[in-house]
Amino acid sequence: MIGADHDDARERLETELLLDAIQRRYGYDFRGYAIASLRRRLWHRVYGEGLQTLSGLQERILHEPACMDRLLLDLSINVTEMFRDPGFYRALRERVIPLLRTHPFIRVWNAGCSTGEESWSLAIALHEEGLLERTRIYATDINDAALARASAGVFPLERMQRYTENYLRAGGVEAFSSYYTADGDGARFDPALGAGIVVAQHNLVTDGSFNEFHLIVCRNVMIYFGSELQEEVLQLFADSMTRNAILALGRKESIRHSRHAADYEPLDATEKIFRRRR
Amino acid sequence: MAVELVAIGASWGGLHAVEHVLGSLPASFGAAVVVAQHRRADYDDGRLERLLGARCSLPVAEAEDKQALDPGVVLVAPADYHLLVEGGSVALSVDPPLHHSRPSIDVLFSSAADAFGERVAGVVLTGANADGADGLARIALRGGTAIVQDPETAERREMPDAALAATPGARVVSLAEIGPLLESLVAGDVEARSL
Repeated sequence: MIGADHDDARERLETELLLDAIQRRYGYDFRGYAIASLRRRLWHRVYGEGLQTLSGLQERILHEPACMDRLLLDLSINVTEMFRDPGFYRALRERVIPLLRTHPFIRVWNAGCSTGEESWSLAIALHEEGLLERTRIYATDINDAALARASAGVFPLERMQRYTENYLRAGGVEAFSSYYTADGDGARFDPALGAGIVVAQHNLVTDGSFNEFHLIVCRNVMIYFGSELQEEVLQLFADSMTRNAILALGRKESIRHSRHAADYEPLDATEKIFRRRR
Repeated sequence: MAVELVAIGASWGGLHAVEHVLGSLPASFGAAVVVAQHRRADYDDGRLERLLGARCSLPVAEAEDKQALDPGVVLVAPADYHLLVEGGSVALSVDPPLHHSRPSIDVLFSSAADAFGERVAGVVLTGANADGADGLARIALRGGTAIVQDPETAERREMPDAALAATPGARVVSLAEIGPLLESLVAGDVEARSL
């Protein structure tokens, strides 16, 4: 950057060395992540460890795997909520479900599912449309700790009022409380919904295609990736799609400037739901 | 060095203030503009874009992830997302709210300071909390220009007061003077830059 002072150059060097060290020691590759958010999250961990510098964090990470686990939580847990963006779920019911319905068996990939709120929301929507029994939702994430929570299907009871409002605005037709039972301060969701969800570790940056899907849902995950990495992940999705498959991104994400843009037509331009042309 | 990016943060009473500042900028304005305006998470999608667009001669859009920064174009942080400056573009995040706010002014300003250094001007407008104070201090630290709405003219003065406490050397200007000051900074007017 023009006008960069000495400290900028040093921080950039420290960041590169830290990310290289993580990649070589643990195999996680964050080098293609968008730098602005990555920088915030790295410094959050530096201070959380009581350290002063990125180099200090590097030393601790190389010597203490538990520190890497903590950083991985910082870098990979995307806090979300059930039925976030109700308009997306309405569009799912109105525009996506009718297309999915034509398939005898439906495979959905919820890529970067974090702690699973979105996967369980998808399961509820598919259940209400009568499709969950012939659907398998593959919920994947880089982070095992997040996946354990996604798999359990227990979410904070205190969040249920908010989620119920989302659910109703999303076009939900049942009593939302019929899907969970209170368990301490948690809401345990119906295991029958969870039977349609397969939870597995998968790293979008380093792992390859593992199946072909009719619908890929990857919302607000790629916003943390740099443009080049976004292109690579879009290629991974292209390699993981059935004919005329559907791709759902976050409502403020775009494929307009991607070299993959011409391969898709918008199914819902506002909710960023796209259908592959071939 | 001329200012190439203007970052504006506003909270309580901010819509009127942001409108006023953006409305006073000419269509020929030569810097990119990014705005973080606090509002409810479920604030109507696109509403702020329409309201501001109707009263301002610059094009206004809710930012999309990795959208390029262009001179004379205003990008507004979408409700319930953080907006960050990422090189010559913007990026979004859904990291937890800061100061109970998403978008957070501190997140926007800090990333703008990191990416643009002395080529950014940060503007803290009316608000009833302390968001923006840390971010504006970072802009000043990195050689950028810190501007604070005169607390006497702000609908709520807490946010300008907090920004001034963190950056005592910031330029304090009335709402009406902010637009002309930004114009001269973008034109590279050295006198306007000096504190």
